Amino acid sequence: MSRVDRLVQGFRRGDMRALARAISLVEAGEAQGEELLAELARVDRRARLIGVTGPPGAGKSTLTAKLAQALLDRGERVALLLIDPSSPFTGGAILGDRIRMHDIVGQSGLYVRSLGSRGSLGGLSRAVPPVVQLLESFGFDTVIVETVGTGQAETDVVEAVDSVVVVAVPGLGDDVQAMKAGIIEIADVCVVNKADREGAERTARQLEEALKLGPRSVPVLATIATSGVGVAALVNALDDHYRAMVADGELAQRRKARLRKALYTYTSSIVNGRLGEWLEHRLSSLWPDIESGQVDVYTCGRKLAAEFQRGGEEQC
Amino acid sequence: MEEKKPSERKRSFRNTSNIEIKRVYTAEDSTGSDGALGLPGDYPFTRGVQPTMYRGRFWTMRQYAGMASAEESNARYRYLLEQGQTGLSVAFDLPTQIGYDSDHALAQGEVGKVGVAIDSLADMEVLFGGIPLDKVSTSMTINAPAAVLLAMYIAVAEKQGVSPAKLNGTIQNDILKEYAARGTYIFPPAQSMRLITDIFAYCSEQVPEWNTISISGYHIREAGSTAVQEAAFTLSNGIAYVQAALDAGLRVDDFAPRLSFFFNSHVDFFEEIAKFRAARRLWAKIMRERFGATNPRSQMLRFHTQTGGSTLTAQQPDNNIIRVTLQALAAVLGGTQSLHTNSRDEALALPTEESVRIALRTQQIIAYESGVADVVDPLGGSYYIESLTNAIEQAAAAQIARIDACGGAVRAIELGIMQRDIQDSAYAWQQQVESKERIVVGVNQFQVREGAPRGLERIDASVGEKQKAKLANLKARRDNAKVEEALAILARTAASKDNLMPAVLEAVRAYATLGEVCDVLRRVFGEYRPEETLT
Amino acid sequence: MSEQTFIRVLVAKPGLDGHDRGAKIVARALRDAGMEVIYTGLRQTPEQIVEAAIQEDVDVVALSCLSGAHNYLFPRVVELLGQQGGGDILVVGGGVIPEDDIPALRASGVKEIFTPGATTQAIVEFIRTNVARR
Repeated sequence: MSRVDRLVQGFRRGDMRALARAISLVEAGEAQGEELLAELARVDRRARLIGVTGPPGAGKSTLTAKLAQALLDRGERVALLLIDPSSPFTGGAILGDRIRMHDIVGQSGLYVRSLGSRGSLGGLSRAVPPVVQLLESFGFDTVIVETVGTGQAETDVVEAVDSVVVVAVPGLGDDVQAMKAGIIEIADVCVVNKADREGAERTARQLEEALKLGPRSVPVLATIATSGVGVAALVNALDDHYRAMVADGELAQRRKARLRKALYTYTSSIVNGRLGEWLEHRLSSLWPDIESGQVDVYTCGRKLAAEFQRGGEEQC
Repeated sequence: MEEKKPSERKRSFRNTSNIEIKRVYTAEDSTGSDGALGLPGDYPFTRGVQPTMYRGRFWTMRQYAGMASAEESNARYRYLLEQGQTGLSVAFDLPTQIGYDSDHALAQGEVGKVGVAIDSLADMEVLFGGIPLDKVSTSMTINAPAAVLLAMYIAVAEKQGVSPAKLNGTIQNDILKEYAARGTYIFPPAQSMRLITDIFAYCSEQVPEWNTISISGYHIREAGSTAVQEAAFTLSNGIAYVQAALDAGLRVDDFAPRLSFFFNSHVDFFEEIAKFRAARRLWAKIMRERFGATNPRSQMLRFHTQTGGSTLTAQQPDNNIIRVTLQALAAVLGGTQSLHTNSRDEALALPTEESVRIALRTQQIIAYESGVADVVDPLGGSYYIESLTNAIEQAAAAQIARIDACGGAVRAIELGIMQRDIQDSAYAWQQQVESKERIVVGVNQFQVREGAPRGLERIDASVGEKQKAKLANLKARRDNAKVEEALAILARTAASKDNLMPAVLEAVRAYATLGEVCDVLRRVFGEYRPEETLT
Repeated sequence: MSEQTFIRVLVAKPGLDGHDRGAKIVARALRDAGMEVIYTGLRQTPEQIVEAAIQEDVDVVALSCLSGAHNYLFPRVVELLGQQGGGDILVVGGGVIPEDDIPALRASGVKEIFTPGATTQAIVEFIRTNVARR
């Protein structure tokens, strides 16, 4: 039996180790990973996908843990995907979110996995969509994806999940302004965590003002994640949002969009890969002319693109 | 034409706090410290807290010791006292330090390994068997459950017929550095502070000769900080304790005279001496100016020193004797009140009897043969030492101000600021060693091929089983109804605002175990959950 | 589209030992060497360590213990890993560990012990050389 077959069997049996191994293969983008996805991905098994994002220090991890516990308490099977930034220089990463899950790990029905962003700039890892697929197929009811948390450009999460929770923290002051740059716009639910801190009211009001400009009505909740205050309200708000999306067809739309994006991303990554190899080879003779300025980048680029598409050769 | 600069070994010489060291210091370098240097015994105590220092009495030679069970440790204490040690210092095992009995699941494999296992008053009685508590002062390295061990000590003294008013000693009782650097915490910060201030209040009336806290920089340094950070973070923690006590309604001059400190003595000889002097000066100013203490004894920084454990090498262990000698000398020249010298084999195990004897002799030779104890603050007035003292004072004061700015030590620890700074320094040190910018003799230079060291101290693996048996025995023998009642009263007291010490004493006298007492407190106080930071 | 292959390491503190200076330095050094590192934090039971190792599908478990409890804790982790299908995970350890204890630890399945004075470079190299191609 091949390794993939063994993994497929284990996966179908509900073996967590097989799930973990499958995720690694998929994350690595290897051929075996694709095989696994082809075998295992089931369109009929859907989970509710929740994204949690926000600036560093907001308490995302603690809140995620409490949210997960609330869902586990009502009998759900929950998977957590925790993303941390990879070093742009070495590629390595300290995946430091799991350590904050110490209160909830060890329960059956809970799976926690840490991912490095591995070069992706949108707050997630490129592996998130296929990994989410795997988790759905494995049978989790809810998958919570916690983003990197730089608070700057984390909009990728919108395309990866159904509901986005944006977590803010009081005393941000100017940071609320910074947050406005796209983050607040992606929120389906907004949370002011550490709400016992000074300035919580003010931050909540500012967020409400900012959210008024948007197309939907987004609730602003207050939580104290460390003690669990407000978590029940968060669960309700997420349930409400989900029900609304089902009712007005938005859920179906989002899923379609995810499917399209997945296909597009995958196809273009194959093409880009091929292009990269081809260019590498093709440019070796052209470089001197380009470097010396004899040939300009733009003209050459247009010609190369056309050539690549035709699969032929052309002089610049 | 420019005179050729004489060549030097490095382009820049810096100490562990990254302060640049000049080639030579002159009178100009030691001006600028505010006010005259003063004399030992006079505010701000730069030169020492007493006018006579070691001419009156040597520092206390207090070797940290403890292993396996109370019987073995008692034997080691009596040996050390016979060999001329002048005070006891108790090392407890990790389950004891974290409030677990020896039969707890998490105690598996840990019982008696890094210190003595104490599960109840019964063990404590054996630990101090034949040791007169009115004659010997005892320092106990215990933090989160300090109240319980102090209560046990008081109870043992009672049985010896010694009144608490006569008891001399120290409990470390410094929870902030546990959160920041050492890791043996139990309860969350606010509740821990309550326990600490309860001890301050109780002792100021009942055990007035007792040092109720040893505000520690040793562990912060061991975790990798620089000398400046060690001084700054320690004093910041001290500020937090003083403030907590004031907030609890105590008056500063009522408890401050019994605060004590605990520092590291590390590799850079002169930096350490300057650090001790700078710390004294800084603390005196803080107590007088910031907290309005008027009693000079409230302004004096008294401290114990331990030579730096992390500087010991596993390679060529005898070299450690030389390291410890230099570090001990620095502590003495810096004016320490008491001193522990590490043993040569401690990079690898707890010390053998022979190794600890050499460590003790190190102190005795410095005291009796070298002459350095015959004059107070002999390095006072040295251009270099005064310049360095000023530099460390300034740099530490800046760090203290920074911690103040983010809301004080407790907040800085919550935010992970202290921890991050310590980690960064630790990483920088490691890189210096691996790049050979910093030489460690025998480790990255002057290595030899050596076999495994022979004759290391080994803790008998059966200690755990023996302790479990003792526990079972104890629970069968004691009056369990009395224990239950005492624990119930303890729970009620913990939930109230009353001082906890009397209730802890009652429980301990009834032979409630350490684990039972701490479990009650865990239920009422909750447990600390670290906001781990790792960058 | 071949990517950099990532070695995933779980840096763990089993037992009650609170000294994490070394573990944190090793974690950073491994990150600087391009590995993905999950640090468990303090006071982990062998069960918790193994669960994390399996869920995170790590290639390496690096145990740190300075309290002398390594002779019980390290083999227990190896044993549990074997029982739960993680027998091919490389297990290494470090801390205050006398040389006399190392043969027994090796026999129990800890592939290498890094004692005081070991460099982070040596640890990185060892992992790179000995990690199983899984």
